[in-house]
Amino acid sequence: MRTLSLADAVALIPDGASLMIGGFMGVGTPERVIDELVRQGKRGLTVIANDTALPGVGIGKLITADLVSKVIASHIGLNPETQKKMIAGQMQVELVPQGTLIERIRAGGFGLGGILTATGVGTLVAEGKQKVAVAGNDYLVEPALRADFALVNAFLADYLGNLSYALTARNFNPVMAMAADTVIAEADNIVPVGLISPDHVVTPAPIVDYLIAQG
Amino acid sequence: MDAQTIIAKRIALELRDSMLVNLGIGIPTQVANYVPAGIRVFFQSENGLIGTGAPPAEGMQHRLLTDAGGRPVTALPGASTFDSATSFGLIRGGHVDMTVLGGLQVDQSGHLANWMIPGKMVPGMGGAMDLASGARRVVIAMQHSAKGKSKVVKACSLPLTSVRPIDLLVTEMAVIAFPGGRATLLETAPGVSVEQVLAATEAELEVPQHVPPMSL
Repeated sequence: MRTLSLADAVALIPDGASLMIGGFMGVGTPERVIDELVRQGKRGLTVIANDTALPGVGIGKLITADLVSKVIASHIGLNPETQKKMIAGQMQVELVPQGTLIERIRAGGFGLGGILTATGVGTLVAEGKQKVAVAGNDYLVEPALRADFALVNAFLADYLGNLSYALTARNFNPVMAMAADTVIAEADNIVPVGLISPDHVVTPAPIVDYLIAQG
Repeated sequence: MDAQTIIAKRIALELRDSMLVNLGIGIPTQVANYVPAGIRVFFQSENGLIGTGAPPAEGMQHRLLTDAGGRPVTALPGASTFDSATSFGLIRGGHVDMTVLGGLQVDQSGHLANWMIPGKMVPGMGGAMDLASGARRVVIAMQHSAKGKSKVVKACSLPLTSVRPIDLLVTEMAVIAFPGGRATLLETAPGVSVEQVLAATEAELEVPQHVPPMSL
């Protein structure tokens, strides 16, 4: 694990990269990283996230700045700009049921090829997908998802990169931290090693590649 | 009593002590205001919280404690927080005793459509498909009609949320269940006759001999 400045960490991300970004309606999204992506003007990004928040909030800022060419998410209903760009064909949007999305990411990080789920069987979501029967029940085969980078937000990080999360800001963060080639963590608080009890570490230090220094 | 209050109050009567319950946004959220006295219900927010409480007093909001709509909430004593994989494991794994969801259409076989209107509204399904397929009991809170057209239809014209039939539909006019895959009128709202329900419903309804009024 290395500690980098915000600008140096975001400079690692090339145009066209695929990004898993933690957060749920902006709660638990690494907001400083988002702002720096906008400032550095990264283009052609693929964003994998639960939602695209609201205009002016979290991932919504990337959408507004036209930095995103593809979104894989479960919900875009609260960001009219995402819907407008999707309908205008400026941005590709793949909608995935939330439970399926998080499990596809989990599979990607846990060394699995995909998952079987009953969610979506017999609906539009099933179109073009393989269906299998196990013990008499029908499931869709949903492939694993990985990304070039995971951009996660934690409540606490220690100097080694152990991460702990708070309240409802945990959401997709620890699962995404397992499923990307490079993990960049932004923490609300950075504390000395030992101050996070081992029982309260959710993302272990070896998973984190870069911790962003406080500004 | 307005339509939303009738629906929320009636659905609250389905709550039992110790249940784990997920409420969707809109009318379903209001069910939490009418939990019967003397029972304790655990409400789940699918963004990773069990023990969701009422919104906090002005000035007491915490930016990291919200419901699935992003609105500030409180956490009741005994609450727990967890990641999204656990949250949907609870939902798909049959640990959520009951979910209350909104609806665009429910048909006479109990099929639900509530996540998109092709060409008009494509917000994404969020957690609705997992909840409709995975929760032990699926209850729909929905106004009976929209713009003069019945939302209780013969067959859903909108894309389905799940092929699994719902368990109970509550509107401001009626309570409808689906035993054997057939829409059956269980109760009418106060002051609403069976004839009025039938006139406002496109679906074919089974009508038992005795249809009591909702006891609100």
